[in-house]
Amino acid sequence: MTSTVEQRGFPLPSSMKVIPGTEAAQAAYPYHIQFTKTDDERFWFYNSMHFPEPMSAFDMVTAEAAYCALGAANTRVHCLPTTLGIDHRIINGRVYIGGNGVTDPAEIERRTAEFQQRAFYYYEHWETLYAQWKQKMLTLIEDAQALPAPVLPEFEPLAHVHAGRGIAANHQLLVTYQKTLEGYFRMWHHHFEFLLLGYGAYLTLFGFCKKVFPEITDQTIARMVSGIEAEIFRPDEELRRLARHAVEQNVDSHFQDGLTAEQILATLGEAGEPGQSWLDALEKARHPWFNINVGDGFYHYHRGWNDDLSMPFAALPEYMKRVRAGESLDREIGRLQAERAELIADYRELLETDEDRATYDQMITLAQRVFPYVEGHKFYCEHWYTNLFFNKIREFGALLSEAGFFPATADVFHLTHYELEAAIIDLMNSWASGSPPRGPSHWPAIVAERKAAIAEWAKHDTPPALGPIPDVIDDPAIVMLWGITRESLDRWLTAGDDKDSNEVRGFAASSGVVEGPARIVRSVEEISRLQPGDILVCQVTNPTWAPIFQKIRAAVSDIGGSMSHAAIVAREYGLPAVVGTGNATSKIKDGQMIRVDGGRGIVTLL
Amino acid sequence: MQSATHISWFRDVGLADRPQVGGKGGSLGELQRAGIDVPPGFVVRTEAFEHFIASLERQAPVRARVEVLDEGDLAGITAVSVELRARCEAEPLPEDLQHHILAAYQALGTGVGDPIVAVRSSATTEDAVDASFAGLQDTFLWVMQPEEVLRKIRSCWASLYSVESISYRRRQRFPESAVAMAVVVQKMVDARTAGVMFTRSPTTGDKSVITIEGAWGLGSAVVGGEVTPDRWVLGKITGEIPVRDISDKAIRHVPLATGGVAEEPVDEAQRRAPCLSDEELQALRKVGRAVERHYGRAQDIEWAIDRHSGSLLLLQSRPETVWSNKDARPAVAQAADPMLHVMSIFGGKK
Repeated sequence: MTSTVEQRGFPLPSSMKVIPGTEAAQAAYPYHIQFTKTDDERFWFYNSMHFPEPMSAFDMVTAEAAYCALGAANTRVHCLPTTLGIDHRIINGRVYIGGNGVTDPAEIERRTAEFQQRAFYYYEHWETLYAQWKQKMLTLIEDAQALPAPVLPEFEPLAHVHAGRGIAANHQLLVTYQKTLEGYFRMWHHHFEFLLLGYGAYLTLFGFCKKVFPEITDQTIARMVSGIEAEIFRPDEELRRLARHAVEQNVDSHFQDGLTAEQILATLGEAGEPGQSWLDALEKARHPWFNINVGDGFYHYHRGWNDDLSMPFAALPEYMKRVRAGESLDREIGRLQAERAELIADYRELLETDEDRATYDQMITLAQRVFPYVEGHKFYCEHWYTNLFFNKIREFGALLSEAGFFPATADVFHLTHYELEAAIIDLMNSWASGSPPRGPSHWPAIVAERKAAIAEWAKHDTPPALGPIPDVIDDPAIVMLWGITRESLDRWLTAGDDKDSNEVRGFAASSGVVEGPARIVRSVEEISRLQPGDILVCQVTNPTWAPIFQKIRAAVSDIGGSMSHAAIVAREYGLPAVVGTGNATSKIKDGQMIRVDGGRGIVTLL
Repeated sequence: MQSATHISWFRDVGLADRPQVGGKGGSLGELQRAGIDVPPGFVVRTEAFEHFIASLERQAPVRARVEVLDEGDLAGITAVSVELRARCEAEPLPEDLQHHILAAYQALGTGVGDPIVAVRSSATTEDAVDASFAGLQDTFLWVMQPEEVLRKIRSCWASLYSVESISYRRRQRFPESAVAMAVVVQKMVDARTAGVMFTRSPTTGDKSVITIEGAWGLGSAVVGGEVTPDRWVLGKITGEIPVRDISDKAIRHVPLATGGVAEEPVDEAQRRAPCLSDEELQALRKVGRAVERHYGRAQDIEWAIDRHSGSLLLLQSRPETVWSNKDARPAVAQAADPMLHVMSIFGGKK
C-alpha cells in the first residue's frame, strides 16, 4: 500500500500509551500482536466493527484464528491479486488491523493468473462446493458436540482399567481442550473459504448498479439478491411459530411481564397437555435454531438463545398479541420471491442498452448464486459453532474454578488460550501427583488485575485509525468487509470538528423517517427497557435482536455497514435504520427525542 | 370559419396535432386521453391566429415587415417590435373568433360567475427551439373576465413579436409564414401545493428515481425560482424516499380576488413543514410513471394539488431533453465470461 503522510493524520502507533495501571494486562497478549516501532510505517484502523469492546485475554483467540484463516484464503488459497492478508495488533484491549496490499504490477499479474484458476473454479462450482461446505460444517459441529465434559474422577473408572485403556482421565482434558481449540481455528478456515469471493461477486453487481443507477439505494441492490429462505431468518420464524402455537394451545396467558423465562417454563410444565405440547414445540425449535447468540459471537459473553432464553421470551408476548389480533405472522415466501423477481425485471427495463441488460443478467445470476453463503454462513460459524466453543471453554472454567484457580466460571476468559492450556496442565499434574495445584495461588490476582484493566479500557476512547493515511484504499478485503475508503477516513478525521452539531451520521441502512425517544441499550440485559415506539440506539444492532424490532420504530447503531445483518433485518421489518455512526451511544442521551432518517443515514437530536 | 378549426377541447387533441395546437396544448390533450387528470380547458388553435393575422395584414403588412429585417439591426427590430405588438394588442378579434372563444370560455364555468383560467402560449416549434422560446412566451394566471381572456390571448400572440423572438427568428432564418402560435385556456387550479417532477434525476440522469420539487401555493413561485422548494427523491420502482430536503419556504403565490397572482409570506408554522404528505408523494410517483410509460421517455412535469378537493392535477408534461439526448452507451464492457466482471473488484485499479 503506497502511503504519504498528510498534514493532518492519525496518531502513530508508537505514540499510543498503555493506560497506566494496565501494563500487566497489556503484556498478557502475545508478543507478536504488540505494536512495535516498525509498525509506525503502516496504516492501521480500529476494528470496531467486529471488536467494539476491549478484548479479554481469552477472547483474542477469535482475532488470532480469524486473521489466520482470512489471510490464508486471500494470500495462499485464492491468491487475491492486489492483497495478501491482514495483520492485527492490540493495545488497551482494542484490536487494530492493517491490510497488506500488493502494488507491484508484475506480482499482481502473476497473482491474477493464479486467482482466475482458483476463484473462477469456485464460482463455477459454487453450488456443489457450498453443499459440501455445509456438510463439513455440520460434521465439525457434531465433532464439537461429541467432545466430553472435562471431568477428573477421584479414581479412573474400573471399566477403563479392565478395558486396558492405558490413558488416564487427565490426558482426556488435554485432548478435549486441544480439540476444542483446533476446531475453532478450523471453523474460521471454513468461514473464509467463500467469504471474499461471495462479497466480491455481490460488490461487482453493486458497483454496476451504482454506475447505471447512480441514485439507487444500497438496500434496493441488497433486495435484488437477498436470500428469502436464508438460515438467518429461521430463529425469528421459529419464534413466531411458537407464539402462534401458544395461542392455539391457549397457554399464551402464561407469558406475563415480570416473569423470568424459568418461571414461565415452570408454570407451563404444570399446565397439563397444552403446556407440554408447547414445551415440546420449544424443544424442537431450539435445536438447532436457538443456537444463535445475542452478539456477533466474537465475545464469550455473547450468549446464545439456548443459554439465555430471556431474549427470545421477551419477544413472544408481542407476537402473541399480533396472533390474537388475527395477524398472520408467516413470511410469505412465494410473495417475497415474486416481489424480488419483479424488482429485478423493473430495473432491467430501465437499462439503456442490450449490452447492459446482458451484463446485468450475468451479475444478478452470479450474485444470487453466492448470496446463500454470504447470508447463511453466519448461522453456522459465528453463532452455532461459536456458542459451542465458548460453552466448552466455560466447562473448563467451571472445573478450574471448582479447583480454586479463580472465583467464577467466566473468569477463565481472562486467561489467554496459551495460559489456559498451562492451567489445565497444572490441574492435570496436580490430579496426577496428588499435590494441590499451583493455580489457586497464581491466577486470582492476575484475573482481578485483568478484569480491572478491561473496565478501565472501556472508559477510554481509542483513535479510529493509526499511522500514515494511504492515498487510496485499494484493498478489496478492507473495502468489502469494513467499508473503509479514503472518504470514510476523511470523515473520521473531521468527526471531532463539530462537537456541537445536533446530527449523528452513519450508513443509510433502511429508509424511512421517524421521530421518537431514544433508548440506549448497551447490553442484552437492557433490552427489557425498550418500550413500544422507542428508537433503539445501541453499539451493534444485531440480527438476533430481530424479535425486538417489532417493538421499536427505528434502530441506530455505532457499528455496522449497510450490508450488516442488522440492516437486513431492519429492511425486513420496514424500519428506518442508521448504522455505523461511530458515536451514537455516546452522543445521544437516553430518553432524548431524535429523528432517524434511514434513507440518508442521518440522526437528528431534537 | 367553424369553431372546430378555431377551438379544440383538450380531449379532442393529441401530440399529432402539435402543428395546430402547439406543444402545450397537444401534451395536455394527450395526457387527458391517457387517463391523467388535468384541469379542463381548450386550445385556441393556430388557425385562429392565422385568421387574426389575416385581418391585421388586410390593414397593413405584418410578416413582410419582419422578413426584411437584418438580424444585426437591433434598432430596426425594436421599432418593428413596438409597432407590431401594439397592433396585436389593440386589434379586436374577428367577430366569429371572439364568439367561439367566449363560448368555450363560458363552458368551463359552473354557470355562476366567470370561470377563472390560465392563458398560456403554446408554441408549435420543435423541442429544442421550443426550449429557447420557452422564456420568451407568456403565461397569464388567474384571468377571470371575458374581456381579460381575449386581451391575454392577444398578448400571447403579441409576444411572438417581442424583440427577443424576432431577433431569434432572424438569426435562425426562420420563414415568417411558418410562425404561428396556439394558446391554451385552462381552468385555474387554486393550488395548496404545486411544483415540478422529473421522472429521472436531473443531476445524474438516473432513470430509477423520480425527483419532486414543490412549495406552498401556486406553482409559479417554484417555476419562477422565487422560493426554494422542498425536494424529494423517490425510487421510481420501489417507492422508497431516500432524500427529503425540506426547505424554509418563506413566500407563496396566491390568487388575487381581482385577478392575477400575488406573493405573500407563509405562516411561521408552515414554512419548514413539508408541503406534501408521503401519500401525495406516492400518488405523484404513480402518475409520473404512467405519463412516462405513455410517452415512452422521461418527462418533466408541472403539477398542482387543488386546495379544495385535494386532488392531484397535472398542468403540463414535456419530454426531458438534457439526458435523453445523450448517446446510450454500455456502462461496462461486455464480458463473454460473467466471472471476468468480478475482476473489477479483485483486479485493482487499472
